[in-house]
Amino acid sequence: MRSSTTQQLTSTQTIIRKNKEKKNFRRTTEKMIPVFLFICAAISVLTTVGIFFTLLKESITFFAEVSFAEFFLTTHWSPWTGDFGVLSLIAGTLLVTFIAICVALPLGLASAVYLSEYASASVRKVIKPILEVLAGVPTVVYGFFALTFVTPVLQSLIPGLTVFNALSAGIVVGIMIVPMIASLSEDAMSAVPNALREGALAMGATKFETTFKVVIPAALSGIVASVVLGVSRAIGETMIVAIAAGATPNFTINPLESIQTLTSFIVQGATGDTSYGSTIYYSIYAVGMTLFVFTFAMNLLSQFIVRKFREGY
Amino acid sequence: MAANDTASATKLIKGRVVLNQLLKFLFLLATMVGLIFLVLLIYRVLDQGLGFLDVNFLTSFPAPFPEEAGLLAGIMGSIFLMLLVAPIAVILGVSTALYLEEYAPKNRFTRFIQVNVQNLAGVPSIVFGLLGLTFFVYLFSLGYTLIAGALTMSLLILPVIVVASQEAIRSIPNHLREASIGMGASKWQTIWTIVLPAAIPGILTGSILALSRAIGETAPLIVVGAATTIYSIPDSLLSKYTAMPIQIYSWTVRPQEEWQYVAGAGIIVLLVILLAMNAVAVWIRNKFQHRF
Repeated sequence: MRSSTTQQLTSTQTIIRKNKEKKNFRRTTEKMIPVFLFICAAISVLTTVGIFFTLLKESITFFAEVSFAEFFLTTHWSPWTGDFGVLSLIAGTLLVTFIAICVALPLGLASAVYLSEYASASVRKVIKPILEVLAGVPTVVYGFFALTFVTPVLQSLIPGLTVFNALSAGIVVGIMIVPMIASLSEDAMSAVPNALREGALAMGATKFETTFKVVIPAALSGIVASVVLGVSRAIGETMIVAIAAGATPNFTINPLESIQTLTSFIVQGATGDTSYGSTIYYSIYAVGMTLFVFTFAMNLLSQFIVRKFREGY
Repeated sequence: MAANDTASATKLIKGRVVLNQLLKFLFLLATMVGLIFLVLLIYRVLDQGLGFLDVNFLTSFPAPFPEEAGLLAGIMGSIFLMLLVAPIAVILGVSTALYLEEYAPKNRFTRFIQVNVQNLAGVPSIVFGLLGLTFFVYLFSLGYTLIAGALTMSLLILPVIVVASQEAIRSIPNHLREASIGMGASKWQTIWTIVLPAAIPGILTGSILALSRAIGETAPLIVVGAATTIYSIPDSLLSKYTAMPIQIYSWTVRPQEEWQYVAGAGIIVLLVILLAMNAVAVWIRNKFQHRF
């Protein structure tokens, strides 16, 4: 009788002790989890810091060997013979980007207007997923298509066109960013309240007039931001230009010539027999830094436009 | 005079209506360009690649002759890459999203992390390659290995997963959390047993889409040194490796036309895998949508 009471007592004590341990454990977990999550969140910040650090450190080494003025002011890029005039790579990048925007701006905006203002819900349900598929096609596939289809077609239209040219690459880069411009612009237009449209329509405006005089002005900040993001994507696009635009640094605005962009030089420099620590190795980072500054400025500009010029209803 | 006015006004209105119809047609046409392009692209790839696509292509290593070349090293390399990237990127991404949505105080540092994630999503993929080259390949002396490629890829798709997970977590109504807390659950218990399970469909969809982006990504892998020709399947984290898009790239840039057919066959395999991944993502999205 007595021993059984003691036993019960000890087992109760054990349970209490175990509960306490459990509670302590839970309390520790409660405290540790946010710390763990914070560390994970910090990794994304570290990635940015890492990108800045990498590009800066290696670029500084590069600029110890090649002067700032030579890099940014001369126009001949031929690293294997010691010429580092990045302007010809920048010219190539801007040329491709310009062609791409000439293709993507009208197509993207027209698609956005059609989807947001004209298309019925059922048509939209078909077209939007197809645009998403277009956005999901890997860029190496676009590059393959540019080289093996678009270039031959262009060659039959423009006699004497070289196999590698800025035009073919630019057109395909443009098609690649159409889905992005279309879907972001459509979001902006869809966000315009219907009361504005109804007001214009009730005043006797046609749908087209309503769209261009009411909806587009109201959604302008979102539309411009989407185009700026598109420019940023075109500048950073690598595989299409590496495959279809050639590898000839060329300070030109002639879209029929073979060129080299910032990105495709990085590919060339990384795949060639570039040894670690050579000037060419560091030049990859200086070019990467230039590229990063361009795209970063574009992204900030796009965010600034959205924040500054957003219409409130 | 009055009749004249009416006539000219009718004419004016007619012109505006015709213009409206015309532009509607033009907008439709422009929308169609993207679709036509996609159809042409798929037709072209099938036309060129189907002839070279057979079991042999899927089960052999690269070869000096187009007829014997195969994608096996690329397929296995991509699979191993994804097996590494998926857990690393999803755990980091979901944790970051949980921190930002559930724990982070509303202060400047939190806002900084948020803006930072958005900006990372806009950094060109090749710049991530440079980051990987400096840190993983040289600084951590991992060399041109599978793990260096996987870590680079993980950082690349991290922002996409964070944003998708944040949206999924944000869409969980607060009354679910309040009910759980009201029943005596702690904060982490609420997150682990209520919020996460409810947010899983959104997180999964976003993660699969991010992974499908990673599987088609070429540029950063080139920079961190994925091999173009390789005759083995990776057997450790420190093996040399290649991936499907890398092999497709190396075949595409060869001057002989036959290699383009081989590249076409590779693209078919890549697109089929991508389509399957997207289909799964859409299926999950549709199956679990609108539960609240």
